[in-house]
Amino acid sequence: MTDSPNVHHYGGDLFEGYPVDTANTVGDQAVTNYTINFGPQHPAAHGVLRLVLELDGEIIERVDPHVGLLHRGTEKLIEYKTYLQALPYFDRLDYCSPLGMEHSYVLAIEKLLDLEVPARAQYLRTLFAELTRICNHMLNIGSHVMDVGAMTPNLWVFELREDCLNFFERASGARMHSAYFRPGGVHQDVPERLLYDIGEWCEKRLPKLFGDAMSLVIDNRIFKQRNVDIATVSKEDALAWGFSGPMIRGSGIAWDLRKSQPYDAYASMEFDIPVGTRGDCYDRFMVRVQEVYQSARIILQCLRDMPTGPIASLDRKVVPPKRGEMKQSMESLIHHFKLYTEGFHVPAGEVYVATESPKGEFGVYLVSDGSNKPYRCKIRPTAFSHLQAMDMMSKGHMLADTTAIIGAIDVVFGECDR
Amino acid sequence: MTHAAPLVARRAHIDAELKALLGKDMLMHVHAADEDSITVDREAIAGVMIALRDKMEYQQLMEIAGVDYPDRAERFEVVYHLLSVTKNHRLRVRVCTDEATPVPSIVPVWPVAGWLEREVFDMYGVLFAGNPDLRRILTDYGFQGHPQRKDFPLTGYTELRYSEEDKRVVYEPVKLAQDFRNFDFLSPWEGADYVLPGDEKAGGTGEAPGKGAPTPLTAAEVKKADDQAKAPPPPTPKTTEKPEQTGAGAKANIKAAKTSRDGASAKPSTKAAKTPATAKAEKAPPKPRAPRKPKTGGDA
Repeated sequence: MTDSPNVHHYGGDLFEGYPVDTANTVGDQAVTNYTINFGPQHPAAHGVLRLVLELDGEIIERVDPHVGLLHRGTEKLIEYKTYLQALPYFDRLDYCSPLGMEHSYVLAIEKLLDLEVPARAQYLRTLFAELTRICNHMLNIGSHVMDVGAMTPNLWVFELREDCLNFFERASGARMHSAYFRPGGVHQDVPERLLYDIGEWCEKRLPKLFGDAMSLVIDNRIFKQRNVDIATVSKEDALAWGFSGPMIRGSGIAWDLRKSQPYDAYASMEFDIPVGTRGDCYDRFMVRVQEVYQSARIILQCLRDMPTGPIASLDRKVVPPKRGEMKQSMESLIHHFKLYTEGFHVPAGEVYVATESPKGEFGVYLVSDGSNKPYRCKIRPTAFSHLQAMDMMSKGHMLADTTAIIGAIDVVFGECDR
Repeated sequence: MTHAAPLVARRAHIDAELKALLGKDMLMHVHAADEDSITVDREAIAGVMIALRDKMEYQQLMEIAGVDYPDRAERFEVVYHLLSVTKNHRLRVRVCTDEATPVPSIVPVWPVAGWLEREVFDMYGVLFAGNPDLRRILTDYGFQGHPQRKDFPLTGYTELRYSEEDKRVVYEPVKLAQDFRNFDFLSPWEGADYVLPGDEKAGGTGEAPGKGAPTPLTAAEVKKADDQAKAPPPPTPKTTEKPEQTGAGAKANIKAAKTSRDGASAKPSTKAAKTPATAKAEKAPPKPRAPRKPKTGGDA
């Protein structure tokens, strides 16, 4: 090379008078921003998230999340289904907290119908919504911990999640896609033994096993290094970016729809709203950990005060009769047939009903034209807004922090992409 | 109010407050089902949102939903859902637009509007002027059309599969093995506006579609209607006192009335009287059928 006639062109005197990057010595290469794909097949992407990351070395300059890889046209399908037929689609939105999705939908229908729900149904729905919250947080806490390197707690909390799924199965017959909440109440009554078992589980097994698992994590030095001061979001940003649920509470705003706009039996429940102080990933994680204990508290109150009585409205123009009744009475048979073929008609109007799903505000904007099918059913997912803030939250962080940030968002793509 | 849906206290004097704040930009204010919704002037939406955020304490934009009403001149509604965490109140803000007219973007007011507007654009084709990144968001890369429009079919236009020959995913026009079945369960007694098979013979009722089918007539009403629609009576009263009045006409030829089976006495008349069909039939008497051949090769 030194014999090359061109070599003196690159000699020192050629650059005289020009600003020379002295950091770039011989053998170094000039580093420009480069773009990498994260996902859509990455195990830490929590599903089919594709992040186009623009990196400067290992520092994230820009994030462009590509969503929609799990788009199934749920809202379009719902427009072609009767109100009852559309219900199971909600299980399949956020498949980690199916009953939380159903909750908003049935409440929206009941609000349009102005339908009264018996007390026992309200308590059962509250109970199972909270059980869903625990179930969801078990998955999120476990996978968040695993995303930043710990293995054991995930296996432990998955045992608890398995217990929750067994409870759902005993109540509805299905572990995940329960379709248990129905317009007017719940589908069937629960066995007494199930209520007893849930109570015992909340008092004994859950605090013990969950406490054990969390004792490995919450004061762990590595876990804190990976989460504390990562993706700090101020109160103003949390409001401007449409945050809700543990994300907004992690930023220090005590906003919980169960408290501020109570639905079903939440008005008579006593529970606290945990909030974060710094608004980082660790706070969001700890908010979820505390919410698990608060949910257990609510469940025990539900069990203590569980009223007796019907588990669904007795309005036979909305709620179908029991099967035994259908076999005995001609009128019940007619109602049963009409409700499972034509379905009920909902008066024309529009409502936006949002509940505190485990991930945040899950809303259903339901427009009815008076027929038996929704004219429009817009689903407000929680993860959509949170994921949009990925760019704002990850800027300036290291590549390895993306997994912690995604884990703390608690994103599930069934719901985000619809 | 008996339902169990989230309880939101009514915000006192909201109508007067909104009127004072927005003036002529607010076209309508409706309070229905415990929810407040306002319709505002499309061009003023950004200013309205800033005013609502800063003066009325609606800090959060939770949702932007599109709705399609193909019958309207401005067929799309863009519905913004605002939330006030200090006043604990929700407000729905609505603007109308069509395929060509863009809605001013509110990304400068709330950064969260970026993706929400992208979604409405993707699903309905509503344009947002000023959105810095108006790309499709939920549909496939290279997707065409706007799937949430009411005139977009549920099945879509293209389907994709993995082609073993090409070793890649190929896109093809949708082929349905069976027609899409969309049962209309609407009862004919409650608001159906189609003609049931057989009803067209009765003639149209002349009612506007959508008003609902008429209540079924009682037997007395049907009789009355039949009586009115009856043909005018014949000029002479119909009596059958004489055989000529039976309407049977002159007596038919006795021989012709006889069937051929009645006997060979039914002699063929002249050849010219034969119809071609009968002549042909006589010419070619049916051949006796050949005896059936025994089956061969079959196992016993």
